[in-house]
Amino acid sequence: MNIVVCLKQTFDTEAKITLDAGGKIERKGVSLIMNPYDEFAVEEALRLKEKDGGEVTVISVGESSAQDALRQALAMGADKAILVDPGEAELDEYATATILAKAISGLEYDIILGGFRAIDDGSAQVAGRVAEILNVPVVNVVTKLEVEGGKAVATREIEGGSELVEVALPAVFTAQKGLNEPRYPSMKGIMKAKKKPMQKMTLGDLGLEGQVAAKVKALSYSLPEPRKAGKIIPGEAAEAARELAKLLREEAKVI
Amino acid sequence: MAHWLFQEEHEMLRKSVRGWVEKEIKPHVEEWEQKGEFPRELFYRAGELGFLGLTYPEVYGGSGEDYLAGAVFVEELARCGSAGVAAGLGASVVIAGPQIYKFGSEELKQKFLVPTITGEKIGALGITEPNAGSDVASISTTARDEGDHYVVNGSKIFITNGVRADYVVTAVKTDPAAGYKGISLLVIEKDTPGFTVAKKLEKLGWNASDTGELVFEDCRVPKANLVGKENMGFYYIMQNFAWERLVMALEAVAAAELALEEAIRYAQQRIQFKRPLSKFQVIRHKLADMASWIETARSLTYHALSLFASGEDAVTAVAMAKVYACETANRVADEALQIHGGYGYMMEYPVQRYWRDARVGTIGGGTTEIMKQIIVNRLIK
Repeated sequence: MNIVVCLKQTFDTEAKITLDAGGKIERKGVSLIMNPYDEFAVEEALRLKEKDGGEVTVISVGESSAQDALRQALAMGADKAILVDPGEAELDEYATATILAKAISGLEYDIILGGFRAIDDGSAQVAGRVAEILNVPVVNVVTKLEVEGGKAVATREIEGGSELVEVALPAVFTAQKGLNEPRYPSMKGIMKAKKKPMQKMTLGDLGLEGQVAAKVKALSYSLPEPRKAGKIIPGEAAEAARELAKLLREEAKVI
Repeated sequence: MAHWLFQEEHEMLRKSVRGWVEKEIKPHVEEWEQKGEFPRELFYRAGELGFLGLTYPEVYGGSGEDYLAGAVFVEELARCGSAGVAAGLGASVVIAGPQIYKFGSEELKQKFLVPTITGEKIGALGITEPNAGSDVASISTTARDEGDHYVVNGSKIFITNGVRADYVVTAVKTDPAAGYKGISLLVIEKDTPGFTVAKKLEKLGWNASDTGELVFEDCRVPKANLVGKENMGFYYIMQNFAWERLVMALEAVAAAELALEEAIRYAQQRIQFKRPLSKFQVIRHKLADMASWIETARSLTYHALSLFASGEDAVTAVAMAKVYACETANRVADEALQIHGGYGYMMEYPVQRYWRDARVGTIGGGTTEIMKQIIVNRLIK
């Protein structure tokens, strides 16, 4: 079984987001991690491999710092990594998916996994687009995955419940929280990862030089309004409660 | 930004340990502190993740003798906020294991070291006695030679993991007349007849770790359990002190950092005279001092660590680092508590635990006074 996991490097969940002088998201001094949903995808790939054998390839589109996220996946137990450097190309979900799909089309795969969304832009589009380009089915927000004899049975989250679906392989699955508990890389895994192949590709290597351009452009970014200070309502309990109810209704408009 | 001392793999390990500490230790710290113990399973878990074998070679289940990796592990473990957890996990692999690994027979290594690295066995090191602390040579626990056995009599005190350890690497006198040249190390197993845990000791800090008073009465220990050669125990003990003290310095720096973070958090929240404490110059200067002491302690400790890890003579640097880092931890924790005011004195804030936990640093593993003696003995020969 050959498994490909698409992963993205994102800001740490605890990173404080600021905008630079040009109104872009400030990337300096922020610690970077593997997108937590992608971690579930990597873990699931490793479990499938441990059960049925095969090879796990992790792939990312990004600058060289994204190697850290790929290296982490290798340390967890993935077999090889591919990093596609987009160079100067502007990326949106369409462009990223185009690049990923092109790179993956050169590999053998039965299963493609990814997080259902990235915690930074949260668009939840890339994996689905990759499936579309490769002309394979996609199952989103998966919380359980079982693979046997060329097909997979997946449990996916739907509003108010879950749905059990069956799909023929190859197929794309996107991981939701609850799918598994990702492992911590051990020191042995970390040392082994240093010797595992990390293939670096450019758009030129994929024959995509000058072929991909973003279809969606971000015009501006804005930070959420800072939280206002709380209001304390003084007075007798009964009277204060009446005032509170009134404010909740008229000012906050929550009841 | 990672310190130059550490390689990429160390920073990856750091992330790994940090994630584990955040998820599997931190949420339980309060409970374990209350109980005076952390679950035995934590040893298995740490073993399973390979964290107990960082400073041991692969043949015994480790990942290579990498003291920088070992340092990363203790630094991150200390950030769980309970020095007792760090002390308990640490006693097994930082102070008990090395004696067996460096000086023990292959049989002892297979029987005790391998399961210590997997976390299946808990180890302890028993040196201190009710009447012999800094003066190690004056221990009075004896081991009488009876052919294929030693018969051990005496007692040990302040033994970390002593209550539930599966084995205690115990310092005994095999030649009572010979002073420090008459000390040997014996591995004494838990259920050996004549070995009893007299008491689980109540402590000011390190509450999540168990600390025991151990008694040996005509306890028969097979000669195969002798570590290395007879009467060489004092040298063996002295040789591993460097690593133990480095670990204490590293933990002290990490703990001081935690206390500073807590102080900053509180200073930003606490409003007095209509302003957060963090806006008052007197508090700001305090925080600046605390941060500077910590950086100094870290630099000194990393200097000692770099000497030690590259196999150079680290004795003086380690002694200096232990003194300075442990005193810094005390000072920083004390200032952090002061910044917390009345709340600092209450048990519901973690800062009181940092203050209590830090206190043993200048006592255990060689007191500050003994460290200074080591330093000055090398200054004036």
